[in-house]
Amino acid sequence: MLFSAHQLSCIRSHKTLFENVSFQISAGQLLLVEGKNGAGKTSLLKLLTGLRRPDSGEVHWNNLNILNSESDFRSHLAWLGHQNPLKEEQTALENLILLGHIRPRNTNSMISALKTVHLGHVKHKFIKTFSAGMKRRLCLASLLIADTPLWILDEPQAALDKAGIALFEDLAEQHLKNGGMIIMTSHHSVNIAPEYIQTLKLGQESQ
Amino acid sequence: MNILIKWYYRLGAPLWFYPLAGKLIPWVAALFLLFLIPGLYMGLVTAPADYQQGESFRIMYVHVPAAWMSMFVYLAMAIAAVVALVWRVRMAEIMIISAVPIGASFALIALLTGAFWGKPMWGAWWVWDARLTSELILLFIYLGILALYNAIEDKTTAGKAMSILTLVGVVNLPIIHYSVVWWNTLHQAATVSVFDKPSIHIDMLIPLLLMATAFKFLFLLILLLKMRANLIEQDVHSGWVKKIILDKQAEMEKEHD
Amino acid sequence: MNSFLTLVKRDLLLAYRSRGEAFNSLIFFGLVILLFPIGISASEKLLAEIAPGLIWIAALLASMLSLDNLFKEDFHDGTLEQWALSHHSLISFAWARLLSHWIITALPLIIIAPMFALSLNLPTEAIGVLIISLLLGTPLLTFIGGIGVALTTGLKKSSMLLPLLVLPFYIPVLIFGASAVDVSADGWSAAGQLYILAGLFVLGITLAPFAVATSLKVSVSQ
Repeated sequence: MLFSAHQLSCIRSHKTLFENVSFQISAGQLLLVEGKNGAGKTSLLKLLTGLRRPDSGEVHWNNLNILNSESDFRSHLAWLGHQNPLKEEQTALENLILLGHIRPRNTNSMISALKTVHLGHVKHKFIKTFSAGMKRRLCLASLLIADTPLWILDEPQAALDKAGIALFEDLAEQHLKNGGMIIMTSHHSVNIAPEYIQTLKLGQESQ
Repeated sequence: MNILIKWYYRLGAPLWFYPLAGKLIPWVAALFLLFLIPGLYMGLVTAPADYQQGESFRIMYVHVPAAWMSMFVYLAMAIAAVVALVWRVRMAEIMIISAVPIGASFALIALLTGAFWGKPMWGAWWVWDARLTSELILLFIYLGILALYNAIEDKTTAGKAMSILTLVGVVNLPIIHYSVVWWNTLHQAATVSVFDKPSIHIDMLIPLLLMATAFKFLFLLILLLKMRANLIEQDVHSGWVKKIILDKQAEMEKEHD
Repeated sequence: MNSFLTLVKRDLLLAYRSRGEAFNSLIFFGLVILLFPIGISASEKLLAEIAPGLIWIAALLASMLSLDNLFKEDFHDGTLEQWALSHHSLISFAWARLLSHWIITALPLIIIAPMFALSLNLPTEAIGVLIISLLLGTPLLTFIGGIGVALTTGLKKSSMLLPLLVLPFYIPVLIFGASAVDVSADGWSAAGQLYILAGLFVLGITLAPFAVATSLKVSVSQ
């Protein structure tokens, strides 16, 4: 398994956000995308998922352009944006069931995933009663029930408290140990064994 | 498609299109005048007056070509929309957005001249006749496309959205047209339709065809001018526009040196 | 198919849990109908004459205004992105959303429409045709309107844009819908109009979801 970007650039309303971004990660590696606000971190992640088309350059999954092998790539991808794709008027479990339909499922049960992110006791409560941190943890639970090696996460630690961040780092490290790949942005330092981590700094060439 | 060809379509096209269009413009303008002047002369002076409508029918030489063009422009846009969506050719998007205001103007001209024509013929500025109603709906569709494009800030997205709406329109236009015709026959006593005469006199047909050809070249002329303007506006920060500006400046300096 | 049903079920459940909102388009429908006798004339004869077109215009406006939140919530909370990247096609997502939206907003409207029709002195013989024409026509309004919503859903100022895009395409539905009720009120057979509506219905519900899905893809790429 190999995920690579070749000479990506992104232009938004006449402004070049970034140019010639290239990297390559393989199983068990985490790519940490760093950069100031407005450096184009979210835009880069959207190019990598295929939501947006790059203005130049290509993204490859196992040496195939993701835009040409869309459905194959998507069945290996779990994406989490900075919003929580949850419905306020549904319970935690109902939301997780719906998210379970989006990606291929693994054998983990929904209930055990909820327990892992410490939401087992509120699984039948409506999301509108949840705190921002609890909502984010529920989104993380949706990654645990998906059978996808590649996680692309935009600010996964946002709104999480210290315990929540530690939980995320545990889950991420577990995923990497099982041969998964993670690409993520973060404002915090990530406390995962450094041998897994590659860093990509955006917004330096243009300065 | 090969990546180089793709790159050529996305970025390279303005490099050859802009100067080529610049060279074509005077020729197209000349062709426009070449058809317009005899067309107008024959239509306004030498063609015989209509036995029913007298001199007022001469507005037909603007009205009919404008109405034809309003549909022709839409058809051209729809073809460009397919090209834009399937092959992601950026020039096709530029062509559509440049053509929309032209098509809308032709529709508006057809409506206004229709009103001027209707007053002496029907005794009213506006009659809910099937053709005029369809033309009005077409004008609204043009304006909708324009409004959609202007509302979306990111112009790549705007171009795609506009192409989709153009195609939705081309599927719907025949349905709209025939339902309006059907509605018209149901609600209205049949009005004297000016176009439905069994045959049009050859002295009237020749100026009409000349004017229709002139309008085609007028469309091409404005389209080329507008496409150049839209390209410059969208690419104002890119290298090739800067180079054109520098060349122009150098040229001016040379003249006044 | 499984995820299609889950989505429809989700939408109906969510609509039930915030059922106050579902009534808004019904109230709007009633208000628009109320405006006509007040603005034009309360003459029973005149009202009976314009009732078919009036009910259809009111239904058309109510259906269009309810469209605004068709994809808005899913767009803003990221659900739409998730479905755009799922291994399912966006067409089934679009289909599910449009179907459940029609059930939530248009079906109640069709149920109460006869009541308003009677208040406008529409002959009782035409009520059956009114219901059939609405059953065939309102899904078309939802499906065609869905294209407009999908194109404008990511925009900040889209409230006036949607009617501009959508209303011209509603005209055939209005013509045949209103005409079907009209001729049956005069005691003639409305079969021709209903057949054409049925034809448009088949065409609309097969083609529109493709356009909606493509438009949604464009909207999420912003």
